[in-house]
Amino acid sequence: MARLKLEARPEPSALWSYASPLLALMCTVVIGVILFAMLGKDPVRGLQVFFWEPIKSGYAVGELLVKATPLLLIALGLAVCFRSNVWNIGAEGQYVLGAIAASGVALMADAGSSRWLVLAILLAGMAGGMFWAGITALLRDRFNANEILVSLMLVYVAIQVLGYVVYGPWKDPAGYNFPQTKTFDAVTRIPRLFDASRVSIGLVLALAGVAGVWVFLFRTRAGFAQQVGGLAPAASRYAGFSSRRTLWTALLVSGGMAGLAGALEVAGPIGQLTPYVPAGYGFAAIIVAFVGRLHPVGMVFSAILMSMFYIGGELAQSRLGLPKSLTGVFQGLLLFSLLGCDTLVNYRLHWVRPGQTGGGNK
Amino acid sequence: MDSYALLIAATLNAGTVLAIASLGLLVNEKAGIVNLGAEGMMLCAAIAGFACVVHTGSDTMGFLAGMLAGSVMAGVFGALVIWLNTNQYATGLALSLFGAGFSAFAGIAYVQEKIPERHSYAIPLLADIPLAGPALFRQHPLVYLTVAFAAWLIWFLYRTRSGLVLRSVGESPESAHALGYRVRWIRMGAVVTGGALCGLAGAYISIIYTPLWVEGMVAGKGWIALALTTFATWRPARVLLGAYLFGGVTMLQFHLQGMGVEVPSQFLSMLPYVATIVVLALISRNPRWIRINMPAAIGKPFYPGS
Repeated sequence: MARLKLEARPEPSALWSYASPLLALMCTVVIGVILFAMLGKDPVRGLQVFFWEPIKSGYAVGELLVKATPLLLIALGLAVCFRSNVWNIGAEGQYVLGAIAASGVALMADAGSSRWLVLAILLAGMAGGMFWAGITALLRDRFNANEILVSLMLVYVAIQVLGYVVYGPWKDPAGYNFPQTKTFDAVTRIPRLFDASRVSIGLVLALAGVAGVWVFLFRTRAGFAQQVGGLAPAASRYAGFSSRRTLWTALLVSGGMAGLAGALEVAGPIGQLTPYVPAGYGFAAIIVAFVGRLHPVGMVFSAILMSMFYIGGELAQSRLGLPKSLTGVFQGLLLFSLLGCDTLVNYRLHWVRPGQTGGGNK
Repeated sequence: MDSYALLIAATLNAGTVLAIASLGLLVNEKAGIVNLGAEGMMLCAAIAGFACVVHTGSDTMGFLAGMLAGSVMAGVFGALVIWLNTNQYATGLALSLFGAGFSAFAGIAYVQEKIPERHSYAIPLLADIPLAGPALFRQHPLVYLTVAFAAWLIWFLYRTRSGLVLRSVGESPESAHALGYRVRWIRMGAVVTGGALCGLAGAYISIIYTPLWVEGMVAGKGWIALALTTFATWRPARVLLGAYLFGGVTMLQFHLQGMGVEVPSQFLSMLPYVATIVVLALISRNPRWIRINMPAAIGKPFYPGS
């Protein structure tokens, strides 16, 4: 019986490293079509809702970019982490803490405040995210605690902290007892780029982040040291690169980016602190980072794709009567397919007939 | 005094969820595979089990459905990780993200559903002993089965040849391969077993522990179960002990709330997560202690002939 065997390539295939995300997307779409058919919905309509409606008008594209902005910001930070082999999967918590810290500043505003307060809000958001990621870094550095588990546990803690402030000290006294802060003063609103769209300067910051992370990773010695630590820890030690420095840099950068995203959301589209601030961007950004090949430019595309999934899910709910959680299903499927397809980057597939090479291979 | 008996009973109940899942994860970690998808498998198993009980009315069918859901998901994970050599962390994460999305999607029709009234389980005579009766002997049979399973697992891992082979696959897959063992299939078996047990734990949550379905109801128990294997330095008896300890912490928050402790409820809800972080830091503080006990090939792919 002939069977499929993996054969290691002498070096990773450049072609497949670009083709694999596309193949993964195709797999996801095929599974999606089957899923729509099984649910008794028109698959063409389903695809339209996910891939055409989000780009069919200027306003729709604006909304697409509004959602892509936090995803891209968080993913940029995560890419620095993952390239350094630091597994920060608690970006959601860092995002929430960023939102809380930013709200703390925004709530101090009144009509007489300066427009420069926005800058303080963004800095507070970054500080909040860095603080939260810093806990993970500290525990990893001082106590050798696994950063995957610590950063993830801190997501649950962050959500409880958010619950505490919106049900407790920061609850809007005039808010009919709803667990939310008062609507932030207009002066704190993140400036928008256009009148007709909700796209804000957050997009500019995210694109600046793309350039910044690109320069850091590929044009600076620190960025190089960061990645060597991830790829070959022994070589990195030999070269005298500090692994502690790598750890702290990775976590503080990604925490800062996630916190910034939280600040931009809470002072931008949301406009107040509510228990609904955590929308899963921190987790979706993990997928964005991998699908974008941990490359700053690649992640621009994957962030837009993931944003399409979000908007498509919302539209599927309103137009097709399907649950919004479809978004999560497709996000998970995409990452699964990608990981499977990525095998082709490092391995060649070929058929082995009995009696050929590969004997003793069980 | 009765309230303490109830606290102990609730602790055993909550600890059982963690113990089942964590013992399952221990099996696949002993074989060298870390499955970060525990949370996702438990969520899908929770909805599968709950839905099955809604339709069939049988708890047993519900548990089986949960185990099947966990096994299938673990099987997909295993195929990717073991045969396609994908990164274990990333693949497990994908499983968790997919599981969260899929369970929410599949469960939407069951949010308001109810399942038949749970009857109480009392062991005749023993249940009537004052204090010890309500504390220990009015539990679901799975609570006792879990203890028995842990005992069996200790015997299996450390006293049988198959257990030795399983551990050797996690310690040195190259040697096991050289001796002629089918390393990849053994790993696959361990991964599916882990998935089935995580599935059982997930189904226990939605059928017995809190008999209903809510999106995301596993609430991090899968991740805590993962942390437990490290706390327990990969020893089944310590896993069991740790699970009850964490079950106790989970229950303590409700107990404290009941006692009217003047702390905002959110801080009490944080307790299990904060406790996990603190214990993880304390246990991991000595890297050598971890390294000695950790299966040597954990997290590393093995592909014969490469």
